[in-house]
Amino acid sequence: MLEVGGILSWIHEALSSSCPEWLTLLIEYVLIGVGFLALYALIALILILLERKVCAYYQCRLGPMRAGFWGLLQPFADMIKILMKEIIPLLKNDKFLFFTALFLVIIGSLCTFGALQFSKDLVGIDFNVGVFYVLAISSLGVLGILLAGWSSNNKYTMIGAMRAGAQLVSYELSSGLSLLTIVILGGTMQLSGLIEAQSETWFLFQTPFTWIAMVIYLIAGHAETNRGPFDLPEAESELTAGYHIEYSGITFGLFYVGEYVNMFTIAGIGTMVFLGGWQPFHINAEWAAGFNGVMDMIPTWLWFFAKAFGLVMLSLWVRWSFPRLRIDQLLHLEWKILMPISLLNMLLMALWVTVLVPLFA
Amino acid sequence: MEVKDIKIKSMKTEDFRDNESLQKYIDELEKGGFGIKVAPLDKVINWGRSYSVWPLTFATSCCGIEFMCVAAARHDFARFGFEVTRNSPRQADVIFVSGTITKKMAPVLRRLYDEMSEPKYVIAVGGCAVSGGPFKSSYHVVDGVDKIIPVDVYVPGCPPRPEAMLYAMMQLQRKIRVESIFKMPKNPENGSVILSKYNSDGTLVTPASETKQIEEGGAE
Amino acid sequence: MEKTLKMIQSVSSSCTKIDAADVMVSVDKKDLHKVCEALYKDGWDYLINLTAVDNVENIEIVYHISKSSDMEKFMVLKTNTTDVENPIIETVSDIWKSANLYEREAYDFFGVRFLNHPDMRRLFLRPDWVGYPLRKNYDNTPNEGIPSKVHDMDACEDVPSITLDRHGEIVENHTKLFGRNEYVVNFGPQHPSTHGVLHLRVSLEGETIKKIDPNFGYIHRGIEKMMESMTYPQMLFLTERLDYLCGSMNRHALCMCVEKAMGLEIPKRAEYIRTIFDELNRIASHLIGWACMCNDMGSITAFIYGMRDREKIMDIFQETAGGRLMTNYYVIGGVAQDIHPNFVNRVKEFIPYLRKMIKEYHTLFTGNPIARGRMINCGLLKKEDAIALGMSGPNGRASGWHCDVRKIAPYAAYSEVDFKEILHDGGDTIDRYMIRLEEIEESLKIIEQLIDKIPEGDFRAKVPAIVKVPAGEYYQRVENARGDFGVYLKSTGDKSPYRIKFRSPSMVAVSGLDPICRDTKIADLIMIGGSLDYVIPCIDR
Repeated sequence: MLEVGGILSWIHEALSSSCPEWLTLLIEYVLIGVGFLALYALIALILILLERKVCAYYQCRLGPMRAGFWGLLQPFADMIKILMKEIIPLLKNDKFLFFTALFLVIIGSLCTFGALQFSKDLVGIDFNVGVFYVLAISSLGVLGILLAGWSSNNKYTMIGAMRAGAQLVSYELSSGLSLLTIVILGGTMQLSGLIEAQSETWFLFQTPFTWIAMVIYLIAGHAETNRGPFDLPEAESELTAGYHIEYSGITFGLFYVGEYVNMFTIAGIGTMVFLGGWQPFHINAEWAAGFNGVMDMIPTWLWFFAKAFGLVMLSLWVRWSFPRLRIDQLLHLEWKILMPISLLNMLLMALWVTVLVPLFA
Repeated sequence: MEVKDIKIKSMKTEDFRDNESLQKYIDELEKGGFGIKVAPLDKVINWGRSYSVWPLTFATSCCGIEFMCVAAARHDFARFGFEVTRNSPRQADVIFVSGTITKKMAPVLRRLYDEMSEPKYVIAVGGCAVSGGPFKSSYHVVDGVDKIIPVDVYVPGCPPRPEAMLYAMMQLQRKIRVESIFKMPKNPENGSVILSKYNSDGTLVTPASETKQIEEGGAE
Repeated sequence: MEKTLKMIQSVSSSCTKIDAADVMVSVDKKDLHKVCEALYKDGWDYLINLTAVDNVENIEIVYHISKSSDMEKFMVLKTNTTDVENPIIETVSDIWKSANLYEREAYDFFGVRFLNHPDMRRLFLRPDWVGYPLRKNYDNTPNEGIPSKVHDMDACEDVPSITLDRHGEIVENHTKLFGRNEYVVNFGPQHPSTHGVLHLRVSLEGETIKKIDPNFGYIHRGIEKMMESMTYPQMLFLTERLDYLCGSMNRHALCMCVEKAMGLEIPKRAEYIRTIFDELNRIASHLIGWACMCNDMGSITAFIYGMRDREKIMDIFQETAGGRLMTNYYVIGGVAQDIHPNFVNRVKEFIPYLRKMIKEYHTLFTGNPIARGRMINCGLLKKEDAIALGMSGPNGRASGWHCDVRKIAPYAAYSEVDFKEILHDGGDTIDRYMIRLEEIEESLKIIEQLIDKIPEGDFRAKVPAIVKVPAGEYYQRVENARGDFGVYLKSTGDKSPYRIKFRSPSMVAVSGLDPICRDTKIADLIMIGGSLDYVIPCIDR
């Protein structure tokens, strides 16, 4: 009905009827690539506007109002400006690494973004080791940030990069462990498989341990996006702009966009793993069949985006009300609190799946 | 608020109420009345630039507090797209020189300006930045930042009210909107395109008319 | 006081009492160190101010000293050197730590070198500056020369000092500021959280701070020199540009200093209005202090809230005085104009509003576990250190030092109101944080008591058209939002002062950064800087 799958298969049929197979595939790959890039940019722009507006309302302000109606064109103005801005080459730095770092960050961000399953039939990458892929590729960004800080030849960026390295590597652990907890529950590493397993009930409502895993995942994921109370690598008031001080124009713009989309990607993965991805909300009971039917009427992509943006709002809420942590507190939180809890949680989940469920089944 | 009798010698009360004439002037410029042709792409880029001017967080003294007020809830310059104050000069578009610039600070300000990426704008906020203000007679104060860096908009006051700063921002936006990107400055003498103001050895290019005069003088 | 005088005389034979009314003692420069040591042992442990005066035939150093245990005691100690070409005086920075920066300032402005002082670099002006600007023979006409290059700030720069060798000869020593292998990071002059153009050079080991060297003078406008050629009413305008966040209070200090010197009687109405304005200004300043500290810790929303509520005070100021940040309201003899008819109502509306908002601040920020975790037990300042550094005001009171000038030497209408001096005894960052919010509430109480009782009558005393202060030396203290603000005025009976010096409470706060911040993290430095709440233009003058 409102699903995009129909359009996709129509395009496929139209192409294959008029072109040889290799050309069809080529055109489709290019289309998908362009589509993903466009979606990536669009989501970044939406998030930028959303953040500006939401933060303005938290702060009793209005936010952008002049560019377009109600400031709706603000991110486009920013985009045009930043595209036309000068890129300053530095004199004494490692130029190759300086620009490589940027691409590592954006590639890491884009590849993770590709693993998101936006609706029932709008899926980019779906490996049988999807969770593993997500964990692996998302840590490419750390490398980029470290290189950016180092190659800028600046003391602030260096401190920012070191902070980022310590922070991202540590929090990768917790977020990985909490995802693995769900893998134990779902019994598969394939993201579509995990979503399929939630068609009756979302994982969140299946066990109490999922709640713990989700809270830990959201904290760790929030930390991985360098935002909110965990924005130490940038630390506006301490390190002026952290690891990307020396980047100007679009080079800085890509960092900026990458940061926002990472926020969405983290929310998206959280949605897929804990909140059933594009699965509608169902009540698993006889009497609720009508209700479930109504829920099914809503297109699946809307479900996904609604959930993901809900989590983004949560992240914005935290971002704009908490002060920043100190580096030792940050590491203390991870290594002494979150990690042991998530390890224990994983153990309990394993017991639940292997002992308790068969016992009652 | 209704503007009543303005007691400034050089300004009539009607002029004070007039907010539109500048806009009209700009429209006239854009129509090509003065030979400035604005391509549609120019228009789009200027629109984007004028609504996304990110200031550098730079404040030396009193005017900095008023600058903070402009950023805060009541005045809120985010409405104009000035929201994202950048702390790194590389990412900033405009520098609000708010406060006195002393001789010790002057080279630092110059360096900050040089570190900013093009296009960059400067707003001189307050009497001190405009002309030295109350400290003009001091031994350690630079009388006007325009001695160090080019200034786009001057905002008088000690310190200027936040409204004055907002007005300065709007003026800057108007200024940005008549820029031309795809047009090189032309030598008025022969119509040739000036690619750079500087020769390869770093000296300023002397316009043809001046060199001519020098030569003529030498011949006599 | 007779006892103290006798004690001094027993130490030094050259001691003479100058003035009968004030306790003003002059000693020979040979005996200075001995006398100061004896005074310190006697409990005079708070050096309020140190001023150098160029009397053309000699250079005079004036010390204002008080007792931390009994703050009402106040004395002036003087010494001088007739060697105007190469003045050398023994340092007292080993006795009172706060003298360290004051003596560097005296060197910068007057060329007075202090024997045994560990660090005789220029404090405000560039190292390559020629001449000592506050000398009477200095040509202070503005010149065109604007330095084009940033002075090369070598982290290993020389720190000169002078000592006596075995034979009593003066030798110059040089030490290095930082070692070659230290990782020195510049914070400032352009940095979002140095609260102005302060330049801190911080030696780091990883994230841990090992040493801080503050560098001032990026906003040194030569106010004191300019004032020497201004009339008294003209001077008032510059006082507000010192510490712009508590401009009214600074102006109050100079007004009172001149009024007292002239023996002017101020109408009661003016005193009440001044007190209310001072307290409103204190609230505005503390709000900004709170807001900026929260911003430094990364909570931007809190910053915006503080600025939002400050706007209400700005409205009140604007209606009565015409100005927002700079009210330009006090004049010698009273206030410039009467209060606006709406003033009383506006203030009355504001009091309950702010009380409600302070509760909101506590829920938003004070109760936040991250904020508490960062502030508690961080940046400890012991009471002894606070006194030694002369760190008065909210920072000193957070360490348990009773140092509120409003209580010690009540001025204006403070003797007629009932208020509490907030004292904490922890001395860590959360104490300095809480004390500001509690002082806001205390200020609200003061305003509440006064607002209905503003007496009728004149708002301004009759003042001669040309204000001339009788010859003599005067010192006036007020409690501004950052601490003990003082004005030292030396007059020769002319219509402009001979020498004027402001005691900046912010300067001592910055001098405390190094001892407080050692072995803390970078993030703590920023937070502690916020909690000390200094304003740089007040330091640089």
